[in-house]
Amino acid sequence: MTSSLTQPQVHRSDGFLIEARDVYRSFGQTQALAGASLAVPRGEILALMGPSGSGKSTLLHCLAGIFPPDKGEIWFDGERLDTLSDTRRTELRRTAFGFVFQFGQLVPELTVADNIALPLLLNKQSRKSAYAAAQAWLPRLELDGLGGRRTGELSGGQAQRVALARAMVAKPKLLFADEPTGSLDTLTGELVMDLMVSTAREEGATVVLVTHDARVAAYADREVMVRDGKIINRTGAEVEVGR
Amino acid sequence: MLTGVSVPLTLLGLLEREPSHGYDLKRDYDTFFGRGKPLPFGQVYATLGRLARDGKVIGGQAEPGDGPDRKRYAITELGASEFDDWLTQPIEPEPHLQTVLFSKVVLALMLGRPAEAYLDAQRAAHLQRMRELTKIKRTGGLMDALLADHGLFHLEADLRWIDVTSARLGALAEMVRAT
Repeated sequence: MTSSLTQPQVHRSDGFLIEARDVYRSFGQTQALAGASLAVPRGEILALMGPSGSGKSTLLHCLAGIFPPDKGEIWFDGERLDTLSDTRRTELRRTAFGFVFQFGQLVPELTVADNIALPLLLNKQSRKSAYAAAQAWLPRLELDGLGGRRTGELSGGQAQRVALARAMVAKPKLLFADEPTGSLDTLTGELVMDLMVSTAREEGATVVLVTHDARVAAYADREVMVRDGKIINRTGAEVEVGR
Repeated sequence: MLTGVSVPLTLLGLLEREPSHGYDLKRDYDTFFGRGKPLPFGQVYATLGRLARDGKVIGGQAEPGDGPDRKRYAITELGASEFDDWLTQPIEPEPHLQTVLFSKVVLALMLGRPAEAYLDAQRAAHLQRMRELTKIKRTGGLMDALLADHGLFHLEADLRWIDVTSARLGALAEMVRAT
């Protein structure tokens, strides 16, 4: 294979924003992904479901360029992601991807506005415009009046809405969410999902959502099951989408 | 007896395995699906009679022996087709389907059919219905949302059962084949 560190591989993207092609990934003796293939069209909200240990979170981390696959390919927006340099992948994560995890993603000593503005400041945006953008997200996520509050003082639902604002503030093409309501009660979780779906649609972002919760998956346009490190279609057959 | 289980379809499924006497069908039905409420002999023979009338099973010559009916019944092509349609098609997603799904899973395992694929198809049908209800919830008023929630919670309970059953299929298959 030709090195792509300086010359990224480009191909026809067929309307898919991100694809995994026959991806394998192990951790020691544990095979987390065993030939997973998946293609996500632009603008789709996709839920990855499956039992604990099925490989769904590992697949999300491979798609996001956090874990390099042992074998297989990841394509993002017509560009081969897994062979990019660390620097380029880090840049993509900062500019094109947004992330919402179950917890632990905010800096508790910083205020809500600081946390939301952070990705823009890291992207060298001016302080003034970064904080203006952060402020604009507060009412959209029902966080009015909380801009000056330290995030360590927030409720779980408020913290997840701040995390969502921080993930969306840089206008990512792709939002990754890993069990985003896992630590929330039913109604709070529903509010977070409702806002996630609404803001993703408004911003034209594609969403890859990992969840074991069917009620959360029901907010997505489509779900796929991950089982034993592979994608299973609705008739139980192993499937390679978009090949 | 499990409520919601179709006796005619279940008997067709048992006959799909092998031609059987009414007595054997009753015994297997009671073992797997009776759950403490045996199927009356009269219902077995009345059901077999209706299935024979409709061309879904065929009864052989009466054999000598005790009991009201010593015919061996076999499933016809029409009966096999009807059973296959029932087994392979997901059920309309409604709450409290576990009993019908349970029958499908046990019969599928008994016949060496892909039980896990049927559960996957049912899971997809359930999730599709949950998506529809979630959309109603997001776009409708409070009354709509509460009614949708009622459906969603029950469908979610079914889905949990589907997931647990999927995880235990290996053990269930061993038990069904050993019985």
